[in-house]
Amino acid sequence: MSLPTFPVGEDPGPSFSRLLKATGHASPRLDGGEQLEIRHGTTIVAIRYADGVIMAGDRRATEGYSIAHRSIEKVFPADRHSAVSIAGAAGPALEMVKLFQTNLEHYEKVEGVALSLEGKANQLGGMIRDNLPMAMQGLAVVPIFAGYDLRRQTGRIFTYDVTGGRYEEADFHATGSGGRDARTTIKLAWTEGMARDAAIELAVQGLYEAAEEDSATGGPDPVRGIYPTVATVTAQGFERVGEDEVAERFKALIERKTQQGLHQ
Amino acid sequence: MSMPFYVAPEQVMKDRADFASKNVARGRPLVATVYDGGILLAAENPSKNLHKISEIYDRIAFGGVGKYSEYDQLRQAGIRHADIKGYQYSREDVDARSLANAYGQTLTQVFTHEMKPLEVEILVAEVGMTVEGDQLFHIVYDGTVLDEDRFTVLGGDSDAIRSRMDGAFEEGWALGPALKAAVGALTGPDRTIEATDLEVAVLERSNGRRAFRRIGDDETASLLA
Repeated sequence: MSLPTFPVGEDPGPSFSRLLKATGHASPRLDGGEQLEIRHGTTIVAIRYADGVIMAGDRRATEGYSIAHRSIEKVFPADRHSAVSIAGAAGPALEMVKLFQTNLEHYEKVEGVALSLEGKANQLGGMIRDNLPMAMQGLAVVPIFAGYDLRRQTGRIFTYDVTGGRYEEADFHATGSGGRDARTTIKLAWTEGMARDAAIELAVQGLYEAAEEDSATGGPDPVRGIYPTVATVTAQGFERVGEDEVAERFKALIERKTQQGLHQ
Repeated sequence: MSMPFYVAPEQVMKDRADFASKNVARGRPLVATVYDGGILLAAENPSKNLHKISEIYDRIAFGGVGKYSEYDQLRQAGIRHADIKGYQYSREDVDARSLANAYGQTLTQVFTHEMKPLEVEILVAEVGMTVEGDQLFHIVYDGTVLDEDRFTVLGGDSDAIRSRMDGAFEEGWALGPALKAAVGALTGPDRTIEATDLEVAVLERSNGRRAFRRIGDDETASLLA
């Protein structure tokens, strides 16, 4: 492969997506997803707390009524100070995450500075908008983007619709098929300036309730040792919460639920 | 009918090489060397914003001397080359050798076909999983690719700097001594240089996925103290 160089007027600048188009590497658009059984990822949540944001997601992917994968990852670092999580058609979503990550790093390396958090959020919006023809065919991707805004020194959460519309959420959000249940659970207990532990606990509860009510959302799986992914983004950057810590919290939650003595 | 003067190809190449090497030698120099924790890159550069040293990929760094606008173009092209390759295949498949070859190809092309050769020399460094895997490729204005295993010198009075560096080099040295030796080699015995006039960066084996890290003035000063 020779070096990609461009005449002055045709230079793609710091955008990796435009570079892929200019060099003929952009992936072709898929059509006709509606007729296919494709993998779907489901519930993801984001919560703002004292030090930044928490992102969490269950681990199940479904194909129609069957479980396609038990340990899929839906929460990813977008770059050092932001995270992206995905719900919707798994294939295009994972591809979008990969392209988004490369885009942010590419910009940072070419320009020598990272994009602002707002700039990153807008970039992702553009990518979702580009995916609209595929979304119309049933291959919708609905991510949540969250990160730590180094200029404002706070965590921020952005949500999207299939047209690439970008909405900033003040406190928390959950999306995907179990998103509604997770959101309600979080809404009942969220408070301003929550500590890390309380916020992680809330994310865990939200995902647990979503898995209870929604067949496409995976709950904790102690048999295989698979638990939802939880990550934090703070001024120190993206950090995955240890599997052990998440497992402990789910075990304690199940314990409490058992003692509660619910019958339905 | 007027006939163009015949100029022997040897002469054409020699003129171009003289032109390029003279202008590269006029630029401020850069030294890169392996140390126990990775690869150190240090250059004389009073500018805080126009970098000679930059990140290309997870384990690959770039250094350029000569005409800024020309090597910065090459830096961008290198990032593009690496990012496209990593995106198409896998992050592990991006390596310094293929990038160095691509640079060699481009520089050769310009040197033989364009009016004016590029007035640059560039360095592609890759930190390996172990010391044995560390690689330094020095690419000259005419496209020659040199593979160095201990250290390399670009630009300035490179012969003198190289001989000073040769005298100071120690196998498996730490970052502090390596930086002191590199700066000593850059300046020579008659001159001193402030940390603010240096641009220093490392490819650190222990730095996680992205090995590249810039070393600020304060850290540079304390390493040199």
